[in-house]
Amino acid sequence: MEKPIRVLVGKPGLDGHDRGAKVIARALRDAGMEVIYTGLRQTPEQIVQAAIQEDVDCVAVSILSGAHNTLLPKINQLLIDGDAADILFVAGGVIPEADIQFLKDNGVKAVFTPGTPTTVSIDFIKENVKR
Amino acid sequence: MNYKEVTWKNKRQIGRMITMVENAVEGHEEVFEALYEKTGSAYVIGITGPPGAGKSSLTDILARSFISRDKNVGIIAIDPTSPFTGGSILGDRIRMNELSTDPRVFIRSMGSRGQLGGLSAATSSAVQILDAVGADIIIIETVGVGQSEVEIVKHADSILMVMVPGLGDDIQAMKAGIMEIGDIFVINKSDLPGANKTKIEVEAMLSFMPKKSWRPPVLLASATKEEGIEEVVDALESHRAFQEEDGLLFERRKRNLNELLFEILQDKLFRQVKKLEDYPLVLEELTEKTIDPYAAANQLFEKI
Ligand SMILES: Nc1nc2c(ncn2[C@@H]2O[C@H](COP(=O)(O)OP(=O)(O)OP(=O)(O)O)[C@@H](O)[C@H]2O)c(=O)[nH]1
Ligand SMILES: [Mg+2]
Repeated sequence: MEKPIRVLVGKPGLDGHDRGAKVIARALRDAGMEVIYTGLRQTPEQIVQAAIQEDVDCVAVSILSGAHNTLLPKINQLLIDGDAADILFVAGGVIPEADIQFLKDNGVKAVFTPGTPTTVSIDFIKENVKR
Repeated sequence: MNYKEVTWKNKRQIGRMITMVENAVEGHEEVFEALYEKTGSAYVIGITGPPGAGKSSLTDILARSFISRDKNVGIIAIDPTSPFTGGSILGDRIRMNELSTDPRVFIRSMGSRGQLGGLSAATSSAVQILDAVGADIIIIETVGVGQSEVEIVKHADSILMVMVPGLGDDIQAMKAGIMEIGDIFVINKSDLPGANKTKIEVEAMLSFMPKKSWRPPVLLASATKEEGIEEVVDALESHRAFQEEDGLLFERRKRNLNELLFEILQDKLFRQVKKLEDYPLVLEELTEKTIDPYAAANQLFEKI
């Protein structure tokens, strides 16, 4: 059997529910990936430490709180500081079009806004993880 | 990477080494060559029990108790992999989020299937790496269903069996083989009704088992209310001391290593056979009933 792609799915910030994150976690599992699900209210430090210990191929965060412009660049910086910049970093959730370029300049390789079919996210991850 | 120089601080390197052995990639045997002599100082605790019994919550709180005594704690949490897609959701970390950023802790999640070298071998390997790089305590969490998951905890020095109130019939249904491996029984969720009754049932069940020199204690605890936890830690310490005093720990580890060796051999043999040119041919003949399974095995065995 081939080594499965390992993805950390977590939710940074203070939003109250994790329905979206769970949907993506299940879709990735059904696509044959190993999903490390860390749940709600993660600090950027927790997400990056977990990603490093789990040695994931991809960090996928779901964010609704509106704090993406501070939280996501912070995660990117911590990945760089932790010698883990090779981990693919993607985000999903309610993120205004106007902010996407800023996030891409800060290490987020793809942003999946509501309505993006999960197959698109899955294909992107499959094609872009380094292994 | 110079494996010998990796220490507890180098979380990135530890994570990568575990990936190498987990997937049995080219070069993973060198990790052992470098590290094996440094293993043996960590104490390994296996935690098992039915789904949702509170194994992760207990792992979290036990780990916190150990780090408050300045121990380095490694955690390996195993969840089932879907046999259909090969995918899995590994969710044990949800209960351990605060530990993630503690420098004294290293947590790794694993899927139960698909390890190229077998689950026991992958888990054992991860344990040995954590041991070699400086863990004092290693906790392995696996859900107590299925043979392969239960095999894992057998590699531990102490096995904690987690139950919950109202399991009644489930206890009866649990295979004796599973109950027997417990060194310490914890009735978790003691804040819920019926905990005492379950404790009595478990004690009754244990009294029917062959007497061993160690009598497994049955303890009440609540991971979420943080009650009864010190008693669990004390019981673990007593069990460790008991085994160390009588040379039982040495025997137990020897037995476990024997099994590990066997598993590695089995895996190597299996791969060798599958590589044989004759393999598909012999399989064909077997299917057509021109040879019997033993003759087929003998034929392949001689070609190695
Ligand atoms: N009332 C009560 N609930 C608890 C206790 N310990 C854990 N729980 C709850 O039980 C549920 C399952 O806890 P986990 O720690 O994830 O259980 P687990 O055995 O690791 O579960 P799996 O890994 O999925 O098999 C969670 O909702 C916990 O909050 C307890 O002592 N009392
Ligand atoms: Mg668990």
